[in-house]
Amino acid sequence: MIKYVLKRLGYLVLTLFIVATFTFFLMKLLPGTPFNNPKIAPDQIAVLRKQYGLDLPVWQQYLNYMVGVVHGRFGESYQFTGQSVSYLISTRIGPSLQLGVQAMLIGTLLGILLGAVAAMRKNSWVDATATIFAIIGRSIPNFVIAALLQFWLAYKLHWFPIALWTGFSSSILPTLALAMAPLANTARFMRTEMVDVLNSDYIEVARAKGNSQWQLVARHALRNSMIPVVTIIGPMAVDLMLGSLVVENVFAIPGIGQQFVQSITTNDYPVIMGLTMLYSAMLTGVILIVDILYGIIDPRIRLSGEVNA
Amino acid sequence: MVQPTDSPILSVENLRVDFATFAGPVHAIRDVSFTLNKGETLAIVGESGSGKSVTVRSIMGLLANNARIVAGRIMFQDADILKNTKRQLNALRGNDIAMIFQDPMTSLDPTMPIGKQVAEPLRLHTSISEKKALAEAVRVLQLVGIQDAAERLKDYPHQFSGGQRQRIVIAMAIITQPQILLADEPTTALDVTIQAQIIHLLKEIQATTGTSIIFITHDLGVVAGIADRVAVMYAGKIVEYGMVDEIFYNPQHPYTWGLLEAMPTLTTSADRLYTIPGTPPDLLAPPPGDAFAPRNPFAMQIDLAEQPPFFPVSPTHAAATWLLHPAAPQVTLPPEIARRRQIWAARFAH
Ligand SMILES: Nc1ncnc2c1ncn2[C@@H]1O[C@H](COP(=O)(O)OP(=O)(O)OP(=O)(O)O)[C@@H](O)[C@H]1O
Ligand SMILES: [Mg+2]
Repeated sequence: MIKYVLKRLGYLVLTLFIVATFTFFLMKLLPGTPFNNPKIAPDQIAVLRKQYGLDLPVWQQYLNYMVGVVHGRFGESYQFTGQSVSYLISTRIGPSLQLGVQAMLIGTLLGILLGAVAAMRKNSWVDATATIFAIIGRSIPNFVIAALLQFWLAYKLHWFPIALWTGFSSSILPTLALAMAPLANTARFMRTEMVDVLNSDYIEVARAKGNSQWQLVARHALRNSMIPVVTIIGPMAVDLMLGSLVVENVFAIPGIGQQFVQSITTNDYPVIMGLTMLYSAMLTGVILIVDILYGIIDPRIRLSGEVNA
Repeated sequence: MVQPTDSPILSVENLRVDFATFAGPVHAIRDVSFTLNKGETLAIVGESGSGKSVTVRSIMGLLANNARIVAGRIMFQDADILKNTKRQLNALRGNDIAMIFQDPMTSLDPTMPIGKQVAEPLRLHTSISEKKALAEAVRVLQLVGIQDAAERLKDYPHQFSGGQRQRIVIAMAIITQPQILLADEPTTALDVTIQAQIIHLLKEIQATTGTSIIFITHDLGVVAGIADRVAVMYAGKIVEYGMVDEIFYNPQHPYTWGLLEAMPTLTTSADRLYTIPGTPPDLLAPPPGDAFAPRNPFAMQIDLAEQPPFFPVSPTHAAATWLLHPAAPQVTLPPEIARRRQIWAARFAH
């Protein structure tokens, strides 16, 4: 188990290296420069370029950057002069993590519940409602949901702050907007899987033992139906990260999503690089956690890599 | 050693079950009656689709959603099981009546340790503590022949072989000491040597606990080793029933003959195996007469027109075939059946 996790951490480092390399060279291919403010004089730009090492050959810049990364230095922001990328990210990661974790938890837990109930009441109005809900949740982009929530619940009804970060109460609407897609996806997956599981032999056996419908679900069906749901946690995490780019902007949340978009518009290369690597690290981390979860939920999968017949 | 008795513990009376389908109602069980005596093993045999599973599922209340019980009663402990509420049914299942299914590979929950699964019926039906229930699980697992049961409680189903899993399924069924065990082809999915072991195990359990067993199979060869009595089913009806020897050596219904002829013996090799020609009738529109008539080389006019009643052969034996009518002509028996009848006759000569 420990060996397995170590091995996976090794892969994580390799992934980050590849991501960093790709992003670095891709950014060099992008049009535009970080210093396109018309107010800056050309000779000032030359000074700045020298200061940030942008006058060196590309391979030299790459080497310098990578050496820095190995030592934990991710450079300084061009946009916020004097602020290191690590510091910038550390001030902004909190709200994003909070939103992400809240949305993931709410999305998967409610999704599991909704899918399970739909499967238990297959072809009833509950099932139909859940299906419609799932379709809506998956087909309406989250920025639309965000805007609608903002307009009705915040602007019209004043239940929540409109676009102001004051902690938990301001996190509710963006969390809901973000949670919609994972909720819908989980519910759909869960329903399909649970319908299958409820038709399986061991459920029949459990019924023959005297389990009531609810006991069947609680003791046997839920756990077995959740196994495949675990597989979509990874892709859902990607969706969440992408979604946060938009949703954080809609609700003016001082998070890394908003920062990322800003940095791209200002060509703030070091921040873009740092955030890209952070996103990759978080994603690889989620996938690692998912694999460990898998082993916990499904005893047939052993993380030690032993082959179990 | 507990002996089978003549006092019924369960009686199925005039049961009719339909399944609603797009094509119309499938008449799967068409007026089936039988009794199960305390401590005996009743085998129900018949080809695929004859209604064996539907019959025992009716007893457990485990029929598919599209099933409809059209008529009949199933009497157990002076009450009609078919009138039970869901709650009463749950209290009965796995407690008074337990069931063993065909496929041990899929009968166990893959994500629950086997100890917990075996103990589950006790936890559901008694207020016993988890610890005591697990101790009891160890006892029954040892009883059904699982080695090192105590150490293996935390193991999962995939860590056991097919034969072992069926033993675990049996342990799960007997842990509450049910009065009736319904076994729906419990050995069909297993290879021959394991089959024999499982049947031996069921007999042993019965001898010590006195539980009554309904044993379903389409393999008459298995029946000889386990059953006290046999009911032969065809197209949703029982066509003949009797003590196991009466069915094996004095069979009356041409369908029973066919099944016996299809039984592999030491002298017939598998590639020359006889099967009854033709196929069972469409249960969407069962024929008016004896459903077996179209496949019956001895069929008479009346077989096609009118359903034969049960003609008693002995106090324990009866068959629904017009051949037993006093006016029916004598037929030349198939050689295998004639041979069996001779053995039967020789028994009474002494
Ligand atoms: N849910 C259902 N819907 C429609 N027809 C059904 C349903 N379940 C069973 N039947 C029909 O009822 C009849 C009896 O089926 P049953 O499963 O009892 O047969 P069986 O004797 O157990 O056969 P096997 O040896 O294959 O298990 C069959 O014709 C089958 O097609
Ligand atoms: Mg069957």
